[in-house]
Amino acid sequence: MNLTIVLQQLVNGISLGSLYGLVAIGYTMVYGVIRLINFAHGDIMMVGMYFAFTGIAMLFLPWWAAFLLSMLASALVGVIIDRVAYKPLRNASRISALITAIGVSFFLENSFLVIYGGVPKAFPVPSVFGGAINIHGVIFPNIAIITPIVAMVFLMILLFILHKTKYGMAMRALSFDFETVRIMGVNVDLVISMVFAIGSFLAALSGIFWAMRYPAINPLIGIMPGLKAFAAAVLGGIGSVTGAAIGGFIIGISEILVVALFPSLAGYKDAFAFLFLIFVLLFKPTGIMGEDLERGRF
Amino acid sequence: MKLDRNNILTALSIALFFLFVWWANHHLTSYAVRIWEDTLIFLMLSAGYNLINGVTGQFSLEPNGFVAIGAYVTAILILTPAQKESMFIIEPMVPWLANLHMSFLPALIIGGIVTAIVGFLLGFPVFRVRGDYLAIVTLGFGLTIRVVSNNTITITNGSLGLKGIPTYTNIWWCAVWVVIAMIVIMRIVDSAFGRAMKAIRDDEDAAIAMGINTLWMKQIAFVTAAFFEGVGGGLLASLITIISPTVFTFFLTFELLIIIVVGGLGSMTGTAIATVLVVWGSELLRVVEQPMNIFGLHIPGIPGMRMVVFSILLIVIMIFAREGIMGQKEFSWDWLFNKFKGKRA
Repeated sequence: MNLTIVLQQLVNGISLGSLYGLVAIGYTMVYGVIRLINFAHGDIMMVGMYFAFTGIAMLFLPWWAAFLLSMLASALVGVIIDRVAYKPLRNASRISALITAIGVSFFLENSFLVIYGGVPKAFPVPSVFGGAINIHGVIFPNIAIITPIVAMVFLMILLFILHKTKYGMAMRALSFDFETVRIMGVNVDLVISMVFAIGSFLAALSGIFWAMRYPAINPLIGIMPGLKAFAAAVLGGIGSVTGAAIGGFIIGISEILVVALFPSLAGYKDAFAFLFLIFVLLFKPTGIMGEDLERGRF
Repeated sequence: MKLDRNNILTALSIALFFLFVWWANHHLTSYAVRIWEDTLIFLMLSAGYNLINGVTGQFSLEPNGFVAIGAYVTAILILTPAQKESMFIIEPMVPWLANLHMSFLPALIIGGIVTAIVGFLLGFPVFRVRGDYLAIVTLGFGLTIRVVSNNTITITNGSLGLKGIPTYTNIWWCAVWVVIAMIVIMRIVDSAFGRAMKAIRDDEDAAIAMGINTLWMKQIAFVTAAFFEGVGGGLLASLITIISPTVFTFFLTFELLIIIVVGGLGSMTGTAIATVLVVWGSELLRVVEQPMNIFGLHIPGIPGMRMVVFSILLIVIMIFAREGIMGQKEFSWDWLFNKFKGKRA
């Protein structure tokens, strides 16, 4: 294996990792504020893909409008899911909320199956994102270069919102002490809705770039990346946004490198993230950046 | 076992159950018998699942993985060497497995034991975490089983799967195993183990403080569930005769989850009622996927609609009727007699 291939694979891995990272941010933020694994989060990715597909292929919108509308609509879907399915269960046991989340996930998958059918659809990739560039003989697909840049921009915006704005402060405060934040007069439900909106927006963004990377979409496509992104969130330390991004990069890069270095193990690549997850939970359950949320509250 | 009123009544109702099985076998259509076989296997699976999820309160999503292991082990053991040789066309099977052949009962039991061993080994890493992490790790386990069965071509025939599995499963096999499973699981729930498991569910820290070895208790529940899910997998394999890595998906776990939620997390009798309701209900719901004519209005069938209905049902139950049919209560003879006495007084 020569340097060219290593470099190509590395760029490929970074690009895949940033997609996992964007989804992982949604998991980690929702878990941070309401201690719920939002099972439906991977499916929001799929929702984003189909909305963008509808916008471009059926409504003939320009790609940027379709993408933006898709992300905003997905954010709305995330907020509606929270209001309808999760909010009534805020004071119920966490397992009840988790079972509901599984129900929501199945609902999204199957209603899109009913609406769009199970046959994979070809995602129309805008020409800006197609093609490849050649840097000193090393060929990179455009999409692999653009993805991490876009992901970084949105991560920076998110970190700015979290650390420099009033609502960001409320989000961070919620993950420390729910009740006290409520006593301080913060509109908790509004803040939780914002968290769902941000998470779903980023998941849809990730979904759209996923669809341009692998341009065949089906209603069950969100499950696998969703689970791997969750593994990334745990690896990075659940509750930490930077950790989620780092975890995403680690999972993405190692997945690509394992396949590149040991082609005989390629069939096992989907199981790989879970081995990672099990080992992390065995040896450092709080992850790279995380604090122990379970015990931290007591 | 004492020969008191409750035990005699239990024995009588088991006899009545077998009488029903005998009647069903002779008088129902083969379609209805087939649905009853499904119902009984699902009852066994969900009773085991409820032991770990409802009674011990450890929310795990492992059943499809365990069922797959049991199904593969049993199928490999009951297929004849000649069948295996003709089926493994990509790569031949490993020799020591290819020549292994045995009858159904030992194959089922070995399937259960292998699954139980896998469950035991899996328990050590996964029970280091609580609550929702456990759910994701066990979900990942189910996916890993699928990936492994897809890739170990010399053992499972990869994505081609195993075909022509002999059909030994009939309603009697299902009925006898379901009775064994229910008796074993109900005895565990009623024993000191069961009380320790419920203590873990209600407050794990308090249970630790009372000197309960929580890891050990969770392992007992998990391994018992794994054994019966493995046996159930074996029964299913011999019932559907074709298995492949895509047969036992998360959908199976989802169905079992609906059953135990509808019945009440922690109630075995609730699970029994819910299994009959859900399995037969999902057969009746096939109507929504078929074309209909209502007053001359033609409505085309919508494939997949059943699952939409199911998922809405699950969400609605969780929001409005979290207790399910039985809550955490069990049907018992004492309760029934007290009710009668109460009426007379």
